[in-house]
Amino acid sequence: MSELDFTPDEMMTIAAARALKNTDVCFVGIGAPSAACNIARLTHAPDVTLIYESGTIGTAPSVLPLSIGDGELSDTAVTTVSVPEMFRYWLQGGRVTVGFLGAAQIDRFGNINTTVIGDYDNPKTRLPGGGGAPEIASSCGEIFITLKQSKRAMVEKIDFFTSFGHGEGGDHRKRLGLTTKGPTLMITDLAVWKADPETSEFTVVSLHPGVTRDMVQDTCGWTVRFADEVSETPNPTEIELSTLRDLRARTKAAHSGASKGDAA
Amino acid sequence: MANFLPLSEAVAQNLNSGDMVAFEGFTHLIPHASAHEAIRQGAKDLTLVRMTPDVIYDQLIGMGAVRKLIFSYAGNPGVGLLRRLRDAVENGWPHRIEIEEHSHAAMANAYEAGAAGLPFAMFRGYKGAELARVNSNIRKVACPFTGEELAAVPAIRPDVTFIHAQKADRKGNVLVEGIVGVQKEAVLAAKRAVATVEEVVDDLQAHPNACVLPSWTVSAISVVPGGAHPSYAHGYYPRDNASYIEWDKIAADRETFLDWMKQNVLDASPEDFAERTKDLRSAA
Repeated sequence: MSELDFTPDEMMTIAAARALKNTDVCFVGIGAPSAACNIARLTHAPDVTLIYESGTIGTAPSVLPLSIGDGELSDTAVTTVSVPEMFRYWLQGGRVTVGFLGAAQIDRFGNINTTVIGDYDNPKTRLPGGGGAPEIASSCGEIFITLKQSKRAMVEKIDFFTSFGHGEGGDHRKRLGLTTKGPTLMITDLAVWKADPETSEFTVVSLHPGVTRDMVQDTCGWTVRFADEVSETPNPTEIELSTLRDLRARTKAAHSGASKGDAA
Repeated sequence: MANFLPLSEAVAQNLNSGDMVAFEGFTHLIPHASAHEAIRQGAKDLTLVRMTPDVIYDQLIGMGAVRKLIFSYAGNPGVGLLRRLRDAVENGWPHRIEIEEHSHAAMANAYEAGAAGLPFAMFRGYKGAELARVNSNIRKVACPFTGEELAAVPAIRPDVTFIHAQKADRKGNVLVEGIVGVQKEAVLAAKRAVATVEEVVDDLQAHPNACVLPSWTVSAISVVPGGAHPSYAHGYYPRDNASYIEWDKIAADRETFLDWMKQNVLDASPEDFAERTKDLRSAA
């Protein structure tokens, strides 16, 4: 097999981008989700509505924001609303079809920890906390998650339930009175995972080109389940790859130049 | 009626040690100059409130000004963790701080309840989220009509809120534009409010639905061009992302942090913010 001309990280971003539909209204988490959502908008889903929790609705930034509130987001948005309005009317009001999240620590049922590593009152590492995630996880129609695989991130048991995925699995969401789907899809640098309709456990449905089952298991802290039929993720197209690389280059230039005042 | 005052007087008149204080701004218009003035004046024992504590709260915590932090996301957005906050929580340096942690939805609703004069906020949230276990201020109420169980948190009523805004007119009406965050709610929820502004103009030229805080809702206004730096003021100067990236290195080490604070805060003045944003303005 010839050497692949894209990185696992690029494959992850592009596979994640493909998950969004043109008709989606997507609440965008910062970091990996932000790149994926904007690649979707710049390729197959030009009309996708991207929402950042800073209040920008229908935003179309030319460079990726470093924070969730860079001016570029407001400049290119259909409208910018206050943060209370964002969380009350738009998120809680049920207007968002997809919440796209990253994760510091995740388990097989899509429960996410971004609060602490170790004990809450005496943490080994104090992480930033939940921000919008607890209610994004419960109020969006469904949740997509994207992260790079590692045994540190993908664990048997998370240290803190910052946002609720499928809890202990099965119909746990329903038992808590949650009417939204919760995590349905996870895109890593190695594979595409879907939540099993019965057990709610994330199951590998597609391996990225050149990736083996062992590679997925070796970078995951729980025993990985594979679907009966595991397909291969299609290679990035030339357009997907060039769009991503252009976006990353523009972003890098903008962020590194800002302190010298040549960011425009 | 808002008094136009030099920032040192505005802070001295409105901030007392022991206060509950919000320096609000949701990535945009963060009142850096006011927080630096609070540090220079040696404020102590503060209960800091903010949805997204970032660099200035890292600085206030690292300088030992803080007793308690009420927040929903404590990070350097897009860069990483707050290293001074971590040092306080993980190692008790310079001293231990108390933490009251919420989600964004809870904080936004709690500010709104404060502005609305309500004792608490309710919303559909925290389902299955573990914060409810570690924060006794997260409780439940039942809808009296449907019986649906909803989350409840106390209203936020700061003693004083500080914001930065684009401009004020000569009467002291203040215009906030762009990502307006939760500043209007934070001002109206507080007993006192101080606004720093980029400039004072004859006419705000605000459209009828613009976010304008009438003069009589603000206690004091100080003109501090660049007062949000390294955050930004939409229409004036962009976010100085490189400074946020640099902060990660400065805050990583106690000595480096203290040296930086001496040079850039303790031995500096509000007037320095104009210089810090001079080169950025052409890019806005």
